[in-house]
Amino acid sequence: MIHQDSKTILEVSGLRAAVEGVEILEGVDLIVKSGEVHAIMGTNGSGKSTFAKVLAGHSAYQVTGGSVLFEGQNLFDLEPEERARAGVFLAFQYPIEIPGVSNSHFLRLAYNTLQSQRGKDELDPLEFEDFVREKMKLLEMNPNFLDRGVNEGFSGGEKKRNEILQMALLEPRLAILDETDSGLDIDALRIVTNGVNKLANKDNAIILVTHYQRMLNYIEPDYVHVMRGGRIVKTGGKELALDLETRGYDWVGVERRVPASA
Amino acid sequence: MSAVLQNLVNQPYKHGFVTEIESDVAPKGLNEDIIRLISTKKNEPAWLLDFRLKAYQQWLKMEEPKWPNVKYPQIDFQAISYYAAPKPKKKLNSMDEVDPELLRTFEKLGVPMHERAALAGVAVDVIFDSVSVATTYKQKLAEVGIIFCSISEAVHAHPELVKQYLGTVVPVGDNYYAALNSAVFTDGTFCFIPKGVKCPMDLSTYFRINTEESGQFERTLIVAEEGSSVSYLEGCTAPRFDTNQLHAAVVELIALDNADIKYSTVQNWYAGDEKGVGGIYNFVTKRGLAKGANSRISWTQVETGSAITWKYPSCILQGENSVGEFYSVAVTNNYQQADTGTKMIHIGKNTRSTIVSKGISAGHSNNSYRGLVRIAPTASGARNYSQCDSMLIGDQCGAHTFPYIQVRNQNAKVEHEASTSKIGEDQLFYFAQRGIGNEEAVSMIINGFCKDVFQQLPMEFAVEATKLLGFKLEGSVG
Ligand SMILES: Nc1ncnc2c1ncn2[C@@H]1O[C@H](COP(=O)(O)OP(=O)(O)OP(=O)(O)O)[C@@H](O)[C@H]1O
Ligand SMILES: [Mg+2]
Repeated sequence: MIHQDSKTILEVSGLRAAVEGVEILEGVDLIVKSGEVHAIMGTNGSGKSTFAKVLAGHSAYQVTGGSVLFEGQNLFDLEPEERARAGVFLAFQYPIEIPGVSNSHFLRLAYNTLQSQRGKDELDPLEFEDFVREKMKLLEMNPNFLDRGVNEGFSGGEKKRNEILQMALLEPRLAILDETDSGLDIDALRIVTNGVNKLANKDNAIILVTHYQRMLNYIEPDYVHVMRGGRIVKTGGKELALDLETRGYDWVGVERRVPASA
Repeated sequence: MSAVLQNLVNQPYKHGFVTEIESDVAPKGLNEDIIRLISTKKNEPAWLLDFRLKAYQQWLKMEEPKWPNVKYPQIDFQAISYYAAPKPKKKLNSMDEVDPELLRTFEKLGVPMHERAALAGVAVDVIFDSVSVATTYKQKLAEVGIIFCSISEAVHAHPELVKQYLGTVVPVGDNYYAALNSAVFTDGTFCFIPKGVKCPMDLSTYFRINTEESGQFERTLIVAEEGSSVSYLEGCTAPRFDTNQLHAAVVELIALDNADIKYSTVQNWYAGDEKGVGGIYNFVTKRGLAKGANSRISWTQVETGSAITWKYPSCILQGENSVGEFYSVAVTNNYQQADTGTKMIHIGKNTRSTIVSKGISAGHSNNSYRGLVRIAPTASGARNYSQCDSMLIGDQCGAHTFPYIQVRNQNAKVEHEASTSKIGEDQLFYFAQRGIGNEEAVSMIINGFCKDVFQQLPMEFAVEATKLLGFKLEGSVG
């Protein structure tokens, strides 16, 4: 929701990034303010996940130009774990499996790390168990996922739910949800998006990467951006998603791009 | 692997210091005179000198094994001193009388052993440079008839027992290093659990190598009579040295009918520096004879140290329904080399064995699992399950598996599973994205990987092992 006394959370200017010497991001501009929901759409391979991972600090990507300020601070001064602790959260498009590490142990460590960062009390295993079970109810997740390895053998949709569970635990300032909707069945989509909506408030912001207008019926975006060739080439309101649904991407980006949130 | 996977191992060795205690060191070199000197110094009976000389004669005819998957310069056995003993100032009756220097050493190791012994209810037989200087809880054990003392002491106090069992599981000519050990062993531990006695506490020995260039040849003999049981813990650390030190121990276990021996090791000898200079050569022969029906021998080891580890704790399953177990975590980093595994020799009917081996390699290290499962024609109904998993950290290291399976009985069942995995950058990124740094992430992944083995360890040992793995791998990732 766009509101008056919002603060700028993320300010991306001319961001360029490469992987193995190939430039993928070719000058991304984006401003995200508190309370806002931004959707990023675009063809396969246009650079959406790359953008998300560069923000989170994946070491495979080299930043080759531009700048990113997160709450006024140079994001690139921070290590990936520091970015997370500062409130940057990425729900992965393909959450990785970590066999042998129990989900509950992992979630608790992540939670407690953030709590101590925020100067709040950490929870012991029993307290955490109660706490996480509450959060799981929100996502209608079976508690036995706590006893399994992190994402180990989870179905595609289960992995996505586990990502949003983590978002619910960590209460990030900026949540980037990379195709969280893909792989979810219709009921799950309703449950998960409902969960995300409950977490959205006037102090945080969400960037949704999606291919489907359907997702945006559940989580209403303030802005819709189209990424193409490693840049945001078009920005509009939620009606832009409907346009894309009917017309596809071919027509977008033919005209000169306008700076996002200008 | 990127910079992310480069730093987690290179933590300097925390136990690297030399305790200054006067040593009584034999001249370098090995010959019959040296063996006689050791025997005389230790005031041994003639049969033991005989045992040593027989071993020496066999050793002369043997060759250093070349089949392990390890590389090291030729060892000059004449450049080693085969005997070193701290000069005892007086006879010790309690811990208070132990050399304060020695106590400080344990303090530095984080093993305040007097507390440890009292708090954990562990009897600690301290081996310090080949000679025992203190034994605790002996009386408590004596009350139930358990003998737990240095092997030299046992030779004098219980010669008939030592004579009856010594060399029966690992014969003097078993292999090159066992023969060497049999010829020159200076001390070690003897443990005897009489019929029907369940040992009331874990028995523990902390080993230290202290005198530079003195080979360490420990000898351990554990006998569990009918219906008895014991859990024995062996932990090692060593001070930092630049020259390689040979460590060739022999451990023999004997379990009679319905007896149960659990032997746990955390091994952290000095591994050499990050360039591969120095470190202990750990060439060990460990073997258990499950002699009686329904007996059980269980080895659990966490191997983190030594420049080279060559070690195959084995079980000979002779008694009907006897059980052999081997749970192992072997970690190698920098230029460490490990060739370790087990042998399960099934002889009796319905014998069962389980092998769980977890190898972790980082840096430029090489980690090999070598295991033999042999089912003799007599072993109807024998079963074995083996699981060998390897984990790689970085891409300069190697993991190898050499399973040998020989089945000579139609009714036996042998299963083998193996896997290799890698701590991937994407896994570490996932942790980082949730605020968890690389070192903690690696430690969590490793502990998850080793869970099946760690849960076999006695509680306080498991905690120690977890910490040890943490700082062994610190810096190899990150
Ligand atoms: N590690 C990598 N190595 C080589 N190429 C890469 C790597 N990561 C991304 N790319 C390439 O960068 C381009 C952008 O990929 P990215 O994953 O950001 O696309 P996307 O917009 O998220 O696509 P999708 O909608 O399919 O998820 C693709 O052409 C991809 O192949
Ligand atoms: Mg993508």
